[in-house]
Amino acid sequence: MAAPADTSRRADATRKARRAERAPSGGWRTIAAKELADHLGSIRFFVLLLVIAGFAALPMIFRSSELSSDAPKLAGAPALFLALFVTAPQNFGGFTTVTFVALLVPLVGIAFGFDGINSERSQGTLARLVAQPIHRDDIVNGKFGAGIFVIGLMLTALVIFIAALGIVRLGIIPGPEELARVVLWLGATILYASFWLAFGLFLSVVLRSPATAALVGFGSWLGLTLFGQFLLPLIAGVLFPATTTTLGGYAYASTQTAQIFLRISPAFLYQDIVQAVVNPTVTTVLGYSNINQAIADQADRIPGLLTVDQSVLLVLPQIVVLFAITAAMFALAYVLFLRQEVRA
Amino acid sequence: MTDEPTTPADADPPSGAAPGVPEAGEPASDPTGADAATGPDAATGVTAVRGLARRGSRQSRRPGAGTGGAGGAATATRAGSAATDGAGREAPRARRRVTVAEVLADVPEDAVIVTRRLTKQYGDFTAVERLDLTIRRGEVFGLLGPNGAGKTTTVLMLLGLTEPTKGVVRVLGLDPVREPLAVKRRVGYLPDNVGFYGGMTGRENLRYTARLNGIARSDAEAIIDELLAEVRLEDAADKRADTYSRGMRQRLGIADALVKQPSVLILDEPTIAIDPSGVEELLALLRRLVQERSLTVLLSSHILGQVQSLCDRVGFFSAGHLVAAGPLDELAGGSDRHVELEVAIDGPPSDIDPVVRRVPGVTDVSPDPKEERLRIVTGSSDVAAPVAAALAAAGLTLIHLRRRGTDLLELYRKYVPEGVDGRAR
Repeated sequence: MAAPADTSRRADATRKARRAERAPSGGWRTIAAKELADHLGSIRFFVLLLVIAGFAALPMIFRSSELSSDAPKLAGAPALFLALFVTAPQNFGGFTTVTFVALLVPLVGIAFGFDGINSERSQGTLARLVAQPIHRDDIVNGKFGAGIFVIGLMLTALVIFIAALGIVRLGIIPGPEELARVVLWLGATILYASFWLAFGLFLSVVLRSPATAALVGFGSWLGLTLFGQFLLPLIAGVLFPATTTTLGGYAYASTQTAQIFLRISPAFLYQDIVQAVVNPTVTTVLGYSNINQAIADQADRIPGLLTVDQSVLLVLPQIVVLFAITAAMFALAYVLFLRQEVRA
Repeated sequence: MTDEPTTPADADPPSGAAPGVPEAGEPASDPTGADAATGPDAATGVTAVRGLARRGSRQSRRPGAGTGGAGGAATATRAGSAATDGAGREAPRARRRVTVAEVLADVPEDAVIVTRRLTKQYGDFTAVERLDLTIRRGEVFGLLGPNGAGKTTTVLMLLGLTEPTKGVVRVLGLDPVREPLAVKRRVGYLPDNVGFYGGMTGRENLRYTARLNGIARSDAEAIIDELLAEVRLEDAADKRADTYSRGMRQRLGIADALVKQPSVLILDEPTIAIDPSGVEELLALLRRLVQERSLTVLLSSHILGQVQSLCDRVGFFSAGHLVAAGPLDELAGGSDRHVELEVAIDGPPSDIDPVVRRVPGVTDVSPDPKEERLRIVTGSSDVAAPVAAALAAAGLTLIHLRRRGTDLLELYRKYVPEGVDGRAR
């Protein structure tokens, strides 16, 4: 009976050895660093940066010349610095930096995510990667982390560019309040981009072909941004057919549906957050977070400015829900990836 | 958060029990009889002997060597408990629960890769069924079989990349299901269809692997330089990996598998889609590496002759079953059995008959049914040399002489029946 004792001793030894050499902590960081290097050197990054910087800074550049002529009128106006981001130049279709970013950020998110996993698979590197002593979730975590970092880098660069232009050309020096609002806007935008990045990663896990994933991703982006508003009554109509209810009932039901939709749609949540964050005069947002706001909206109110914390409070539910949706989307991609077989 | 997913729900691989440690209080047998065979699997963390009857007959018909040195005992036990049912149909019978310790009791001390009753099912499809494999230290084991026979699935289970449905796996004494990282740190793996990041150079690809293995930068450079020299890619090392030829990629893949300085190397179809000279080169490289680094190697292939020269032992895989395993010459029948020679001369084949019949030890000479220029010479011992000498003495020019049975292709035909599953037999 020497054998069991011997094997247990062996097992003991291996267990000790195992404790000694722990997993290289933060395998995800290695992966993120590599992904980041890939992203930064890619044509994709260059093009997206050009698109987002070009389009998002354009309104501001046009506006700046108008602003300087309007300067005397605007003297004393609230949040002049923020006006750089939220005002549209004449003959520009009403597009501001903020609306451009809102429009383009999903594109950026999807672009950095849609081929995350499936390109590894089609390249034949996934099998090699998972055979290394890292946890499997390090792969998806690293890719997500690198994506957020790149997007953050892009957007921060954009903000700094606009702010610098404002300071140099117009001499608008931001106050701490305005700076805080811009940073909040930046944070919300990165969060919103993260949702789309997670969506892109999800597609890259589910769809084997990067081309298909890109098509589906950009399709959903286009569909939601262009036809989102049209979808709303459509869904309401399906859920609450007008024939069976009174007119008032129908209106109520469709409003209800719209509410639900507004409360979970990342695009609308982001829109609400941005509205409140970049504009201190906004005291109500589209998706009422509670009944008091809805009532207050009906009442006559004295126009006034909100402080930053009040603005944040106004859209805190939206921020939380957006965060939750992003986390859920990432979790979905994460779980599906972990449960997926390695072999193609 | 950062743990490999392990869903212990249905999988039978044992609870955290250390390899070979007996689990106290686990009944060795379950006398509940026929009911147990259909009832829910109450055993926690124990490999249930389910479906034994389904393939008992096949298993017991295997050549005596079993799965090699250690297989004998296991084979015998199984044959006994399975009590072969001639029709090969499943009959209700008492199910015996077996502890991990029992399953691993026959494992030799120097076993590096051990699988016992390893089963993997994808839905209704059984990719690998009740695989018993023992590979000892320093051995080169060839896993042979047609595409889709379950070779890659087996390899993935050894690495903990896919979870076994049932059964026990031990790699270097570790359970890949429980400790995938520890296993992956010690096992180099060249995947089937290996790929590299095209935008990075060969060297950068290896560097990335080194970093993922937590190798310090200074050590990594030395290791990488050495490996690149070894696989003769020094010149191409700083070219982008997407410019590499298939053979170069395969060699880079071997270097990549060796970056972590493993003691076990698993190669999945290493010779696939490489031109013949590339294959030769690759095999020579592998042979050298195996010797230099005293590696234990498991390599899978569906191309027979290529791995023949490399392997100490081979196993034949067919439709998820290991139908035969052992050293090549043993599988071929060894020297005790009669020998068949293919003989062809420069001239009419009928000239062979009178000459060869006089050679002592030759029992029969007959024309080959398929190839008219060939004569099949049957001998009671290895008569190749005397036959050649006799032909030469008779003034006949020998143009072809081959011993049948040692060739993998014939073994393959012998062990892997057409129509894949055992029905043909």
